[in-house]
Amino acid sequence: MKRYTKDRLRRSMMFVPGNNPGMIRDVHIYAADSIMFDLEDSVAYTEKDTARFLVYNALKTLDFGKKEIVVRINDLSSGLGIKDLEAIVPAGVHVVRLPKTDSAQDVIDCEKEIEHIEREHGMEVGSTGMMAAIESANGVLNAREIAHASDRLIGIALGAEDYVTDLKTTRADGIELLFARSMILNAARSAGIAALDTVFSDVNNEEGFIAEATLVKKLGFDGKSVINPRQIEPLHRVFMPSEKDLNKAYAIMEAIEDAKKRGSGVASLKGKMIDKPVVLRAQRLIALYEAGTRVDDQED
Amino acid sequence: MDVKKIPHISEIGNHGAYAGIPAKSVSTFDERTKSGNKIVENLEAAIKASGLKDGMTISFHHHFRNGDHVLNYVIDTLAKMGFKNLTVAASSLAGVHAPLIQHIKNGVVTHIETSGLRGELAEEISRGLMDFPIVFRSHGGRAAAIESGLLHIDVAFLGAPSCDPYGNANGYSRDDDDGIACGSLGYARTDAKFADKVIILTNHLVPYPNAPFAIPESDVDYVVKIEDIGDPAGIMSGATRYTKNPKELKIAQTAANVVEAAGYFYDGFTMQMGSGGASLAVARYLRQKMIDQGIHARFALGGITSQICAMHEEGLIDKILDVQSFDLDAALSLKKNHLHQQIDAVYYASHLHNSAVNKLDFVILSALEIDVGFNVNVLTGSDGVIRGAIGGHPDTAEGASLSIIVAPLCRGRIPCVVDHVQTVITPGAAIDVLVTDQGVAVNPSRPDVAEKLTAAGIHLTTIEALRDKALAEVGTPDPIRYTDKIVGLAMYRDNTVLDVIRQIEE
Repeated sequence: MKRYTKDRLRRSMMFVPGNNPGMIRDVHIYAADSIMFDLEDSVAYTEKDTARFLVYNALKTLDFGKKEIVVRINDLSSGLGIKDLEAIVPAGVHVVRLPKTDSAQDVIDCEKEIEHIEREHGMEVGSTGMMAAIESANGVLNAREIAHASDRLIGIALGAEDYVTDLKTTRADGIELLFARSMILNAARSAGIAALDTVFSDVNNEEGFIAEATLVKKLGFDGKSVINPRQIEPLHRVFMPSEKDLNKAYAIMEAIEDAKKRGSGVASLKGKMIDKPVVLRAQRLIALYEAGTRVDDQED
Repeated sequence: MDVKKIPHISEIGNHGAYAGIPAKSVSTFDERTKSGNKIVENLEAAIKASGLKDGMTISFHHHFRNGDHVLNYVIDTLAKMGFKNLTVAASSLAGVHAPLIQHIKNGVVTHIETSGLRGELAEEISRGLMDFPIVFRSHGGRAAAIESGLLHIDVAFLGAPSCDPYGNANGYSRDDDDGIACGSLGYARTDAKFADKVIILTNHLVPYPNAPFAIPESDVDYVVKIEDIGDPAGIMSGATRYTKNPKELKIAQTAANVVEAAGYFYDGFTMQMGSGGASLAVARYLRQKMIDQGIHARFALGGITSQICAMHEEGLIDKILDVQSFDLDAALSLKKNHLHQQIDAVYYASHLHNSAVNKLDFVILSALEIDVGFNVNVLTGSDGVIRGAIGGHPDTAEGASLSIIVAPLCRGRIPCVVDHVQTVITPGAAIDVLVTDQGVAVNPSRPDVAEKLTAAGIHLTTIEALRDKALAEVGTPDPIRYTDKIVGLAMYRDNTVLDVIRQIEE
């Protein structure tokens, strides 16, 4: 059985350093849709073994409810990535997050390792999901190939800090990320997987965070990474449909039902014909709202 | 009727005003204040004049918190003067009072009454330093004990940031500020009123009348000016900040929702909250609800923080009843806001009256531990060592219509929801709801609350389930080993013994 679902709510992915037992223990109490334990950049080189051991045991023993559990591994070329996979795949991680993905080959290489480990442990081949973080100019330009590189991919994500360095710029108002975000989003959609945005690191700047979240939602992203639980609620507020949009979506679906009952192929609302894309958007909006409400209610 | 036939009528002329009045002073008041006042040259002189004897009870207040220099100075002086076998009845003791250890060892102090104990002194006492158990009383319990005579204070030594030559003392200064302020002198007022003799120690003598005053001159016998009553930084500083800890914020937000759902959030409600991270943060969420729904509070009670004062100044809280100011902003609010009222310990929480705690809709309290019977411990740590204070916990919990405990399920590797608390400070019957980061449990004695919370969509669990969850996370701790020696008595607010604290075994 697959431990991941491609199509699920991913408004928020909460980063947790893999070497912080307190945070690992507590993270499930917050409302993030996905939890991402990090073995990579937030863990000092001398702590790598500790983090791997802690995350392994967390996956084996703690109850994370219905949350999606992601682990960011070190890249394979470092030699640490394989060790990470050997620990977390048998421990039952839902999704492996690949850092610094520059090409489709990176995904293929990692998948090969995962498959090998799955076979070795008598696990169903293909049961472990993957996602790729794109953090370089090369990666952005190869986004389409990366997104199509494996059936296991649930999504691709932007890692902005490394990317802006590669571009010889710094993070500013978002214009510097527009191309990368657009590439990643289009690549993800062309492969039918999720597009996930980068972190916003100034935890105390809620206004700036909301502005960025609003921008990426407008672009079409499914969600965003968060580094502090305080960012979750404002993020979900941005990603949840407004009451007005929701009412409109319900009205559209009602009009469609009415048309069906009447045996008519054409539905209209307030004199306007309802096109297929309009229906699709309304369906997605309602699905997002219902999934979100269900999840957020459980969190209370 | 012939008036002259009334027996002894002729003698009336020799009594009262008919016999003349005491010699009238004709000098200016300015002249008179120089001689006819209560200022004594130094503490030794005041102590001698007070008639203090070995074995008597002396009292102190804790409004200077961990910045207090008064208690140590007084006990040092008493030791030098050769006093022995004294009972120290302080409204509370802090880490700064560690020098008491020496005075206990040398027999100057043999009994202690307090609300709380921290630091080195607490460690030593938990290890059996004293022959007689410490008596722990709640703020309301102490007030009741004092006014009923159960706790008789022979001499009260009360530090005051301002005082005039006649003894009108206050927790701040009306004229120029000298940097030391503690705001309310609520606990000191009760001591001043009921002690046989009262000595005010101040660093700031101001001209009569020091108005408004917390302690009136009629309650004061001697005034001593000393250089150093305390460290302003330890007494209080700035404003208490809202916590940024996401776990505490989550707990606080849930608690605010519980208050609203349980029906105690209405226009004109009354409240108290502790100064701890999560309990104080409840104010932040309630504030937003108040603004959104156009609701205001009739009064906020208790230990008062800057947040409560800010809400008062915003017009969200009509009045403040302040027995103890927790930060400098609260002290300044007491000075400038005339509907910020200073109250004493009896008014606040004595069970002998229908005191202010009985007029609370809800109170938000913290806990070191809570057990499956909803009994709460705020005094002894997970190692059995005393490290806290009863404060107004049992008083407000019993008095308020809805008493909510906010606590994390675990602190580090220590479970906060347990089978049996180390020390029962507030009995479970006084507690209505427990809010943790991992679920809300309602005391089975309040099915009405459970019903309302469920109807409002708040998911409830049981306290047993929370305990199981806590133990599943951190494992079952080994029991603490104690000796048979009792080092402390935890009194309930009616001054009956609720629990005992034993010496830890090492």
